[in-house]
Amino acid sequence: MYTVELSKRHETEIAEDAGRRAAFESRVAADEFIEPKDWMPEAYRKTLIRQISQHAHSEIVGMLPEGNWLTRAPSLRRKAILLAKIQDECGHGLYLYAAAETLGASRDEMTEALHSGAAKYSSIFNYPTLTWADMGAIGWLVDGAAILNQVPLQRTSYGPYARAMVRICKEESFHQRQGYEAMMQLANGTKAQRRMAQDALNRFWWPALMMFGPPDESSPNSERSMRWRIKRDTNDELRQKFVDVSVPQAEALGLSIPDPDLKWNDERGSYDYGTIDWEEFYAVVRGEGPVAKERIKARVDAWEGNAWVREAAMAHEAKRAARKAA
Amino acid sequence: MSELPLWEVFVRAKGGLSHRHVGSVHAAGPRMAVEAARDVYTRRMEGVSLWVVPSDSITASDPGEGASLFEPAADKVYRHPTFYVVPDNIKHI
Repeated sequence: MYTVELSKRHETEIAEDAGRRAAFESRVAADEFIEPKDWMPEAYRKTLIRQISQHAHSEIVGMLPEGNWLTRAPSLRRKAILLAKIQDECGHGLYLYAAAETLGASRDEMTEALHSGAAKYSSIFNYPTLTWADMGAIGWLVDGAAILNQVPLQRTSYGPYARAMVRICKEESFHQRQGYEAMMQLANGTKAQRRMAQDALNRFWWPALMMFGPPDESSPNSERSMRWRIKRDTNDELRQKFVDVSVPQAEALGLSIPDPDLKWNDERGSYDYGTIDWEEFYAVVRGEGPVAKERIKARVDAWEGNAWVREAAMAHEAKRAARKAA
Repeated sequence: MSELPLWEVFVRAKGGLSHRHVGSVHAAGPRMAVEAARDVYTRRMEGVSLWVVPSDSITASDPGEGASLFEPAADKVYRHPTFYVVPDNIKHI
């Protein structure tokens, strides 16, 4: 009896789910936004938590390569700018963590996943920042690539994520412009400064192309994410767009893109570019990037070293509340 | 009889937009507050979702301290993209 009752209930639930699933699919297909209290398939929720939290982690870890040059910025102007940019990255991480929290992920869970290596972040931040020119190259290329990725996400189907992206995109524009301006200054400077700018471009060009993720044919979740309007363009489409806008920008700087196969293709109205070293990409994603261990160690050290501050804040507040009650 | 508690009302005009504060209602509990908010603020399809929050749960910044609270942002023009000079012929930046 009991088992029959159970299986009956199970069947009704499945039927209900099928109905809700169909309604959900037609809502996203009609470009409607899904909000936290709406019913959503478990896989949609999980995919979003993964994508949004990894996006947040990228913003947070992304502060580290730039933090490396904060105390050695060449002028007070550059230092103030760099500080403001790093502050923005931190804010972007917080907007995104907050969006993921609306899906039921807790902040501590997400932090723990970053620290244990269970969650990934953008592979680009596992490369070291060796010279000041890297600050220019990161703003110009890395933030440039991020903007291309992020602009379509302002229309992503999950409301809180889309709204976080609107704020982020608005703030991101200064990041790219300050980077390009810094590159312009170096490219028009002394011979040594020009060399430094070219070297930064050489080192960051290919990792920047990898930021768009694996090629479409090896991106297994892309199709479903496109159907659910979580993603709106494929990795390769965005990568091509990035190449097409960046080449003239490099030319204007008088710098050359480190790709012998780069060539304008009249027929396609786009640049053809060389083969990306996907072995390197997957190795970096696996956590074998040049400074991957250092990055996570910095995060864990900060988290553990600051634990007493969080405890003190809570203790102070509890004391205050007790005093008020007394 | 004592006054019914006060609730602040937030309306989401349509999917994709955030909830915005529209005003307040008096109600005995959260359910009554939602229904009262519906009747007071969404009689003409103004929203697709409502939030009600007990007014005394809201902590506001002190308007008297507004000047000093927001002053740190005033001298940081470099947070704006227009602070940077990029020649007109450079596109997509």
